[in-house]
Amino acid sequence: MKELVVISGKGGTGKTSIVASFAALATNKVMADCDVDAADLHLVLSPEIKLRADFSGGKQASVVADKCIGCGKCLAVCRFDAVTLGGPPNDVLQKTYCIDSINCEGCGVCEYYCPAGAIDFSDKINGEWFISATRHGPMVHAKLGVAAENSGKLVTLVKREAKQLAEKNAADLVLVDGSPGIGCPVIASIVGASMVLIITEPTMSGLHDLNRVADLAGHFRIPAAVCVNKCDISPEMTAEIDRHAVSRGLDVLGHIHYDSAVTRAQIAGQSVVEFGESNAADDIRALWNRTSKALTYNSKSSNQEE
Amino acid sequence: MSRSRVIAVASGKGGTGKTTVATNLAYVSGIGCRSQTCYIDCDVEEPNGHIFLKPQIERVTNITTPVPVVDEAKCAACGKCADVCQFSAIALLADSVLTFPNLCHGCGGCMRVCPTAAISETGREIGVIEEGMSRGVHFVHGRLRIGQPMSPPLIRKVKEKIPATGMTIIDAPPGTSCPAIQAVKEADFILLVTEPTPFGLNDLKLAVEMLRALALPFGVVVNRSGMGDEAVFDYCKAERISVLMQIPDDRQVAEAYAMGALAAEALPPYEARFRQLLKSIQSAVDVDAEL
Repeated sequence: MKELVVISGKGGTGKTSIVASFAALATNKVMADCDVDAADLHLVLSPEIKLRADFSGGKQASVVADKCIGCGKCLAVCRFDAVTLGGPPNDVLQKTYCIDSINCEGCGVCEYYCPAGAIDFSDKINGEWFISATRHGPMVHAKLGVAAENSGKLVTLVKREAKQLAEKNAADLVLVDGSPGIGCPVIASIVGASMVLIITEPTMSGLHDLNRVADLAGHFRIPAAVCVNKCDISPEMTAEIDRHAVSRGLDVLGHIHYDSAVTRAQIAGQSVVEFGESNAADDIRALWNRTSKALTYNSKSSNQEE
Repeated sequence: MSRSRVIAVASGKGGTGKTTVATNLAYVSGIGCRSQTCYIDCDVEEPNGHIFLKPQIERVTNITTPVPVVDEAKCAACGKCADVCQFSAIALLADSVLTFPNLCHGCGGCMRVCPTAAISETGREIGVIEEGMSRGVHFVHGRLRIGQPMSPPLIRKVKEKIPATGMTIIDAPPGTSCPAIQAVKEADFILLVTEPTPFGLNDLKLAVEMLRALALPFGVVVNRSGMGDEAVFDYCKAERISVLMQIPDDRQVAEAYAMGALAAEALPPYEARFRQLLKSIQSAVDVDAEL
């Protein structure tokens, strides 16, 4: 079973649009939307939720005002500027201490040191995750709560559930829609992947960010390949990216032309390859052919029989 | 404590045009305003502002985050450090304490609870901050070390560079979770940049939820207006959210962007358009600045 993770470094290069088309083209797979912060794949795949569960990324501290004795020990030990003397009065104090939920890092040091047992430190529900059915097969996805932390943990959970489901269904592929950047949600999404496909755009920002995310894949020793989306916006930059990819040993598996069909398909709630004929649909099909071959090749090269 | 006016440029969805808006705003503010303009790139994972503002870098600072170091000679293998740690960054295996610096949030709890004072802290490098000038604009950005999972500690350090006076424009990372929140909180005004597509609208709604939870004032910029549909405008109208600027779906803007050029400098109508945006924001925050 292979795992393909689609990432980008730079946001807005077209990961989700491409993954939605891959979902229509690939057979016998499970989808995983690991962009838990700003998930969009469901807008095209229209999932029917079969299972829903709460996600807790960690704990949060809060002061039980009635028990606060105003000693300020919590303020003294907090490194995250989460504690202020801004809580409501109680029987003994005009003001009690209180903890800002946005700043609270969930370290629990205040609770450990509170002499009055006035701090409640318990699991915070940060979001929810789902296993759903779509017209292209099962999908695991999630929604991180507003202003929530620990998206990396939620990504890890989504991937684990997708893998388990793929094993249960004897699927050949886990197809993962990643998120922009290089931080913990991206790291969590690429760990264990057979290959990452980096979607970039022909701009200086695209090239800069491609290098950083390719460095990240290299850091974790995961094979990576590249696709240049909206390639005709700048043929010079597309050529520059191709040259650069080759010089750092990355295969370029496709160029996708800028096409208004991509947005029209999105508005229609369809993937590009489902939305009739277009240049972009042809380019994406060619990309999928090369990507699926590259995925198979990677496994062959580690099972040498020749 | 006095502090400059801070405008943060954010979005739910990546690639909507935050850096385009933030760098062009900084540019017009820098050439127009009498007071100091500062541009701060808080997208420390993938900072791009430098491509457009092309600063002369004058100072580079290595940024570290505290992680525990255990003195084996003093360690009594009691396990209190592991018990208090919420992040599995320190563990007791047989009689040895192991640390996992990548997981450490720097709370200092293990060091505090150790009964034999066997734990001290050392700095682990998480990235760099670079500062310089770009034609009168003070430029600051952070760059996260590859493989370092958490960006908020570096973003916090970058924001310490916000000057005491003038106008500061923060270029935020995409999304609505902790990196974006760290970048936008305590700003005087947020500009949410979106695109008129279903993905754009979906993520704009998430960003609006985030800003309402933080109780921060905001307005919207619709980039590549005309490329999609009207749903984003209908939403803003229904929610009484001001659309402060529309950037049309203009191939010339895309081409200038591709080559690392500022639209306000390369394309005649855009300097006036970004000045107008700056004026609208300044009215919204009631700032004293001359254009």
